[in-house]
Amino acid sequence: MPSDTRHEEARSQELRRRAARRSDALLRGASVFGALIAAALAWWIAAWLVRESAPSLAAVGIGGFLRDARWNPAGGEFGLLPMVATSVTVAVGALLLALPLALATALFLLGYAPPALGSAMRLLLDLLAAVPSVVVGFFGLIVLVPWLARIAPPGASLLAGILVLALMVLPTLAVMVEAALAAMPAAERSAAAALGLSRATVLLALALPRARRGVAAAALVALGRALGETMAVVMVCGNVVQWPAGLLLPVRTLTANVALEMAYASGTHRGALFVSGLLLLLSTAVLVVAAAWRGGGAANPERRAAGAVGA
Amino acid sequence: MRELATGRDVRGRIVAVAAWGGAALVVASFGLLVADLARRGAGELTWRYLIEAPRDAGRAGGILPIAVATVWMVALALAFAAPLALATALFLDEAGTPSAPRALRRAAAVTRRSLDVLGGVPSIVFGLFGNALFCRSFGWGYSLLSGAATLACMVLPLMVATFDEGLQRVPAAERAAAAATGLSRSATLRHVLLPRAAPLLLAGTGLAVARSLAETAALLFTAGYADGWPRSPLDSARSLSVHVWDLALNVAGGDARACAAALLLLLVVLALHGAVRGGLGWVLRRRSRGHGESVR
Repeated sequence: MPSDTRHEEARSQELRRRAARRSDALLRGASVFGALIAAALAWWIAAWLVRESAPSLAAVGIGGFLRDARWNPAGGEFGLLPMVATSVTVAVGALLLALPLALATALFLLGYAPPALGSAMRLLLDLLAAVPSVVVGFFGLIVLVPWLARIAPPGASLLAGILVLALMVLPTLAVMVEAALAAMPAAERSAAAALGLSRATVLLALALPRARRGVAAAALVALGRALGETMAVVMVCGNVVQWPAGLLLPVRTLTANVALEMAYASGTHRGALFVSGLLLLLSTAVLVVAAAWRGGGAANPERRAAGAVGA
Repeated sequence: MRELATGRDVRGRIVAVAAWGGAALVVASFGLLVADLARRGAGELTWRYLIEAPRDAGRAGGILPIAVATVWMVALALAFAAPLALATALFLDEAGTPSAPRALRRAAAVTRRSLDVLGGVPSIVFGLFGNALFCRSFGWGYSLLSGAATLACMVLPLMVATFDEGLQRVPAAERAAAAATGLSRSATLRHVLLPRAAPLLLAGTGLAVARSLAETAALLFTAGYADGWPRSPLDSARSLSVHVWDLALNVAGGDARACAAALLLLLVVLALHGAVRGGLGWVLRRRSRGHGESVR
């Protein structure tokens, strides 16, 4: 009978191996399937936006969106350009305001903060980045706008939008700039110290020129975020459709327009909102790809956040 | 020589002032935001506010149905996104092994790049997509389910990135040991990868919850505004963030209650972030001490 037992054993081993192979195949299938969906999602979104905006694009024509003097969907006018210009102005303005501050914060973290203060500051930046945009917008609405209204009426304006957006992009920008500056090799850092160079010289003359690509990538990422931000700007900008001809004018961004009108839009009007969505998708995608090309994977805030949580 | 030294000194001092000043400004703006909301909202944030239903468009009463709807929406979003994210992270992990064929590595690179793009998509665009696909094509209408599915799409890149990071941190020696003992891929997953990556899997889930709670624009026209009790996944439901927006912009005299809701939202999101960061740091420190090796 011993040969029988051995036979049984071999059989059960074979069965177990087969079960393992089957569950491995299942696992592999599931993981490929999941990855396929995840990879396709961005394209899927683009395809659906195209599908939804196609009738309006055909009816109004790209020329119509560019040339119509006004945004008056009820009257068949779909001029998007003033809102495009506003979106770009608010985003660029916020970036110009936030970048020097982010640089200062990064220099503080790298060269000036005592260790305990530095880690407290990093925690604070992390928390600040997590503040919901609707909360930042609400803060702008009840604190910033009344305050601006007192010194420069009407308050709800392009300037308010720039200030609020700068606050929103600042934390991520600061952390990314710091990462870019910190990439200086340790050997070079100690060589600089051995030469007796000051902290300021090391950071500005050695680290910063090397970090140019990283800083540029961080700026592109921040610009994409600022362009796509909705809740904060819609609450403080005043939402009048017009060219952003002055800092104190109430203006409306593309994102705010979608948020305000989507609830009741139909037909060509609804399609026109999808056209602005498509425009936003394209421009942020270009910025993301450009940032990745400039700065590599480190330029991705999502991946950076993932790496930083455990640091 | 002396002049040069003084010049450098002045520049050094300017940089120092700028660095301290910039940091102080960041701290001050954050402090102002939190302090102001706390000052205005803390008085309204009572127990009764948490356990009552809203009345008079939210000017009176509380937020209980809204809080419940928010929890359901976030839970559903996680139920959609977490398996998908784990599957994707496993795919990326397998493609990262040295023996992986070139085509697989290429596919992984494409997946990563698409997820990068997805992570940069503005939330309002997710809202448009969700409205077109879930509300209209799937026929789910303005509903809790549509909102949850839209949130799931939105948090997917963040979850994949964190899960992927967790799997990448599993020491190569442990993988090799598993392979040497002849463990199948699924057994390796169950006994080595998942337990090892668990802290970051949890962290990624926590961050995704925080991101979902914070989201407003993607929900405005997918989940809608209804502020009653959600009776089914196909009911329109209002999240806490949408409640803040609605009170602040559409309800005259809603500012005080909007403050309370905004403060509550802020506290929950910040607490979640603090817990994820603090908890993860604690676990990783303990683990690296326990094993006498770096987790990296």
